[in-house]
Amino acid sequence: MSQVPENLKYTKEHEWVRVEGNTAFIGITDFAQDELGDIVFVELPEEGSLLIAEQTFGTVESVKTVSDLFAPVSGKVIQVNADLGEHPEKVNEQPYEAGWMVAVEMSDAAEANALLNAVEYQAHIVES
Amino acid sequence: MTFKRTPLYPLYAQSSGKIVEFGGWDMPVQFSSILKEHQAVRNAVGLFDAAHMGEFFVTGADASAFLQNMVTNDVSRLHPGEVLYSPMTYDDGGTVDDLLVYCLAADQYQVVVNASNIDKDFAWLKEHTKGKQLTLTDRSEQTALLAVQGPSSQTLLQRLTDTDLSNIAYYHFTTGTVAGLPALISRTGYTGEDGFELYVDATAAPALWETLLNKGQDLGILPCGLGARDTLRLEARLPLYGHELSSEITPLEAGLGIFVKLNKESFVGQQALAEQKAAGLQRKVVGFVLTQRGIPRPGYTVSAAGQVIGHVTSGTLSPTLNQPIGLALVNAKFAAVGTPFTVDIRGKAIGAQVVKTPFYKRDH
Repeated sequence: MSQVPENLKYTKEHEWVRVEGNTAFIGITDFAQDELGDIVFVELPEEGSLLIAEQTFGTVESVKTVSDLFAPVSGKVIQVNADLGEHPEKVNEQPYEAGWMVAVEMSDAAEANALLNAVEYQAHIVES
Repeated sequence: MTFKRTPLYPLYAQSSGKIVEFGGWDMPVQFSSILKEHQAVRNAVGLFDAAHMGEFFVTGADASAFLQNMVTNDVSRLHPGEVLYSPMTYDDGGTVDDLLVYCLAADQYQVVVNASNIDKDFAWLKEHTKGKQLTLTDRSEQTALLAVQGPSSQTLLQRLTDTDLSNIAYYHFTTGTVAGLPALISRTGYTGEDGFELYVDATAAPALWETLLNKGQDLGILPCGLGARDTLRLEARLPLYGHELSSEITPLEAGLGIFVKLNKESFVGQQALAEQKAAGLQRKVVGFVLTQRGIPRPGYTVSAAGQVIGHVTSGTLSPTLNQPIGLALVNAKFAAVGTPFTVDIRGKAIGAQVVKTPFYKRDH
């Protein structure tokens, strides 16, 4: 059974968002990492680049497949998890902690509020 | 659409096996992790469900001559107890399938074919049996195949059989019992490691699967899925039908020339293959490594000197080498070892170089 922490927001494409003030930390869910299997590369945008909600901002490659990352919210990338360059397996091991991907300064906080909550996301993965 | 299932499906459906569709079958792509399963086979032992593969029996006075005419390798050299790998081709030299021929007796053979090609192969063979003294039967449904692969596979299997496994040489087989079940024990595999393939009655497969996993625990056995099967076979540069081989790709183009005996008595596809060889190959399957980050995936375009020269047929991040590796079907002008080209990975031209294969060769 996949972990779905209650304090996070989710997209249907299996990204999570942790909101701290005006900053959104973004990663992929436990369900997503489990579906992808062993993750070997994570390609992320550079600090300072702009994300647009629902558009791709990077890719995650596992041994068996490659998957696009979709921005849950719009805003400027203020931090990138550089550890994932050397240790992409952290996304498998700790998808909600050490496996976070980017931190974004949100341009529209309402976007985060409109995302799925834990109960809704749980229902979404049961369906899919 | 529903897919076929092997007799082991109920076992992995209730465990952690992740099921995907493969060639019309519901198969496990992984049980724990492709990387862990891959390492288990390279360093210890892994267990694969290969029961989706097809098994045909050819028996009768004309069996040997019939197979000699149907496949490109030389069946006449086979003695009872020996296994032969061979492509099978159409008249135009395109590949019907690649398969194993087991010589059970001088007039009795087992042919093992790819799961996705069972119906096509059977029809193709059947079409050529007219007037021949032989019986061709499809026993795929009744036969299960479990593969025990890795350096510890003999240690494990010896615990379950009275047959002295050290007497079975590579690409040889014998019949015996494993865990009390009648089995054809074959020293073959699709991983580049030492190992055995066990052909048993389909009804016996679940019990054998569980016994092997239990008895192999102290050796570090892992159940392995199709994901690891693919990374293992690719490191060993073993072709996969539908990728390196197809009706559009001849065995010569796929680099399997040593399994094409153009000088034996006539066989289907011989003329086309002889002509292709004489004219010189226009394209070849080559091994390559990426010189930059990325993973080459099947279908990606390969370019050199500003033009498209071919496409990737298989690719992965090699778990053993920790390097992106792949096979590509390219214009023969760019097939020499050391030739640089680029692979188009989602719009970016990523550097690559032709290398010698196999990517991995066992040293024991």
